[in-house]
Parts: sequence; C-alpha cells; structure tokens
Amino acid sequence: MCRKGKTTVPDTLKTPLYPLHERLGASMAAFAGWALPMSYPAGTIAEHKAARSGAALFDVSHMGQVEITGDGAAEALERLMPQDVVGLKDGRQIYGFLTTEDGGILDDLMVSREGDVLRLVVNAAFTEADLDVLRQGLPEAEVRHDTSRALIAVQGPDAEDALAAHAPEVRQMRFMDAARSGSMWITRSGYTGEDGFEISIPAGEAEALASALVQSGVQPAGLGARDSLRLEAGLCLSGTDIGPGTSPAEAGLKFAIPKVRRRDGARAGGFPGATRILAELTGDGPARLRMGLRPEGRAPFRAGTPIFAGETAETPFGHVTSGGHGPSVEGPVAMAYLPRNPPQPDSLVWGEVRGRRIPARIVPMPFHPHAYRR
Amino acid sequence: MKYTENHEWVSLEGDIATIGITEHAAKQLGDVVFVELPEPETVVAKGDEVVVIESVKAASDISAPLDGEILEVNDKLVDGPGLVNEDPLGAAWFFKMKLEDPDAWADLMDEDEYKELTE
Repeated sequence: MCRKGKTTVPDTLKTPLYPLHERLGASMAAFAGWALPMSYPAGTIAEHKAARSGAALFDVSHMGQVEITGDGAAEALERLMPQDVVGLKDGRQIYGFLTTEDGGILDDLMVSREGDVLRLVVNAAFTEADLDVLRQGLPEAEVRHDTSRALIAVQGPDAEDALAAHAPEVRQMRFMDAARSGSMWITRSGYTGEDGFEISIPAGEAEALASALVQSGVQPAGLGARDSLRLEAGLCLSGTDIGPGTSPAEAGLKFAIPKVRRRDGARAGGFPGATRILAELTGDGPARLRMGLRPEGRAPFRAGTPIFAGETAETPFGHVTSGGHGPSVEGPVAMAYLPRNPPQPDSLVWGEVRGRRIPARIVPMPFHPHAYRR
Repeated sequence: MKYTENHEWVSLEGDIATIGITEHAAKQLGDVVFVELPEPETVVAKGDEVVVIESVKAASDISAPLDGEILEVNDKLVDGPGLVNEDPLGAAWFFKMKLEDPDAWADLMDEDEYKELTE
C-alpha cells in the first residue's frame, strides 16, 4: 500500500493541470510516463456516474497532439491508414488507426481537419512511435508534435451546457464535428460512450478553463473512471485490447474502414497490411473476434484472465484483454478475443479467477449504450 | 483496538477477535467492488489469506492476524462491498475469529505504532 498524505510520482511529466489536480486533492499515478490523477476525493465510482448522468472533466493532456500540413498530406496519410482522410471535410473528425505490414494495429487515433491542417490525437504511450511512422511516411509534409497545448475532455449529458458558457459554438456541433473557438480547437467526441467534447487549448489557458468548469459543477474525474467508462462503452485501449497482434476485423473495428478504401472502392487498399485487412472484411471474416463478457457474480475478470469453453475444459481458448467493475451496469465487464464459431452470442464461457471457474455470458458490446449526439 | 502491518484492525472481546481494515487502507484501495469471505469453522494460522478484496483499482487480501478459528463472517459485504469505503471501522467488519491464544492479541501494534507506519 502507498504512503499516506501527498502522493509523489517521481520521474514523470506533469501536465499544465497538475497544480489543479493537487488543489483538488487528487491521488496521482504514473501513466505512460505522466503524472495523472487516478481519482479525486469523490472516488472512481462517483466520478464514473457523474459522466453518465451529469458532466465530468478529464485531463487528457498526456495524449500526443500532432499537426500535419503540406500539399498531399491527406493522400500520404492514406498510405498509412485505411480511413478516408482525403474526403475528410473541414470541421469534421474521424476515428482511425495506423496499420502494420502484418495487418495489425500500430495505434489508434483521431484525425480532424481545420482548413488545410490535419490535427491528430494519438495515444501517449505510442506518441514517439507514431511520430516516427508519420515522418517516414509523409516526407513531403510537415509533421509537428505540438507540446504547447493541453487537452481537456468534458463528458456527459450536461457537457454541452457546461462548455457553452466558454465556447457558445459547441451548441451547433454534432458528434465528430470539430470547430475553432478562439484559441481552442474543440471536437464533439470522447472516450466514455457519452456525449461530450475534447478541447485542445494553449497550456497557459488550460487551468483557468478547467477550474471554471469544475466551479460550475463539472466533476473532475481520474484515470480509474476513464477506464471503467470506456470499458462499458466497449472502446478499445491501444496496446491492451488492440495492437500489432490484432487486426481491425478481429477487434471489431470494421466500421472505421469506409467503402472508398475497401475492395472495389475508389481508393482501395494502399496501406500497410491491406491484403489481409481487406480480405477479413468479406466472407467469413477472421477466426477470432473481440467479444464482450458479463461474468456472473461480482468478481471482476481482470486482464489476463484465461477463458475456457467449459467448466472443466483443460486449455483456455482466449484471455481477457481488459476487464473490471462496470459501475453503470453494476457488475463486472470484460473483453476477450475468442473463436468466432463457436461460441455463439449469448453462449456461456468460463473464466478462471483465483483457481475457480466462474461462468460468464458473451454479450454484444457496448455494455452500456452510447449516447452520442448525432 | 490493535492493528497489523497489513492495515487491519483487530478488536478483542473475551477470546473472540473482530477484524476489519483501517480507514487508511480503505482510502488507498479506492471503491471496493467485490469481497470474498471465508467459510465459518475454518481453522486458520496467522498469515493465511482469508479474505479477497477487489477494488476498482486492483485485488488484495486480508490475512488472519493470529491463529484461530473463523466463527462468523459479515455477509452484508458480499452484496454491498461499498460498505467497506463507507464505514471501514464499524459496519464493514469482515470476520470474527476465536483466538487460539488470546494473549497474543496484546502483541499486535497499538494505535501510535500503526500511525507511525502510515506516516
């Protein structure tokens, strides 16, 4: 157990909101090299519920913000990812991923367009790796890692009202819209399954905005709530639920590959691993899929929990990639890669926790319905 | 009230000890979401893991503070694990055990010693 009192996390980077976290009494943890709040005095479950029924604020400044400019940048980016970057309109955002030659996923990311500028948000743990790939793949373009800005997520049904006081533009936005409001670049998106916004803001202005939002009743929320929210929403964590060893179809991310990049599309293929990735989109698809599990009882299936086809089966046929308690579903939830056939949806599998087999039902994801403002 | 270095509190009445976790431990664990209790009449030795606690963060356990036999467990925690965060020193006791040697209780940490440990 940790020491009492102020928790210090050595050798970590601090976000522009670090002083605010300390003032709010956060318990800090190291994540991808950054000191970030694990939870605030309200506790993870209360923070989670605030995002589902009110509004919650997350410091996601650790994520990599990358700006790409230059002629042909969109075309060049399509050589690295199977999304429609060329067709991305000004003021819109897409979800996508960088792929590997083997048809796996290097990292997932968001791309928004402001005029001729493409703005990417990539995962903190993979920022350097992604930058290498982007710079090699886009030699003609300028790829700039913008470390001068914070990133704040405001999530929940009350997010629009809370943010509109500072950026009235947000009232006109729909899910995956992107808009400028003064020095802020705002997208209507997030990582919780709720309606909400991510705000890119100059570091020096971040604390004033965040503390005003908290003053107005937005609940500050830490990494614990962020993880349970995205888990209930069925969203992948890069490096955990997806990675070089999992293809987009296996991960259930077919929705993110538009027609124009699929076989017979106007700009079909042309990205790393295209042969396998596109082949898996047709016919029977891959042999295994990322599936949702609802374990019986209250014991969570944590990452690594082996999953068996039967109560006495000797060898596991899959493992949990991430799992834990779902405060909104009021019970444990987990994701695992399991053979597509069998089991069928709703069939029973078994997880082994502390030497005991616990039944779990395969259910469709998300575990908690999305509430995006489309 | 006595304490262990595993952040448990142990109170004694006759030769029957009641065991729970300290406020410090409950705070460090975060929201508790699952509790697994031992079977009554189980004979346990000091250090045996007898309770599993899972919080939103991680799994941990409570070990028997002394030798003895489990007499009674607090079933309320199974359906309401959040009680551990609400009232760790009261309603959220985990189990009662009959101590083999009640005198050994006196050798556990007193409040000052425990405070020192957590500072």
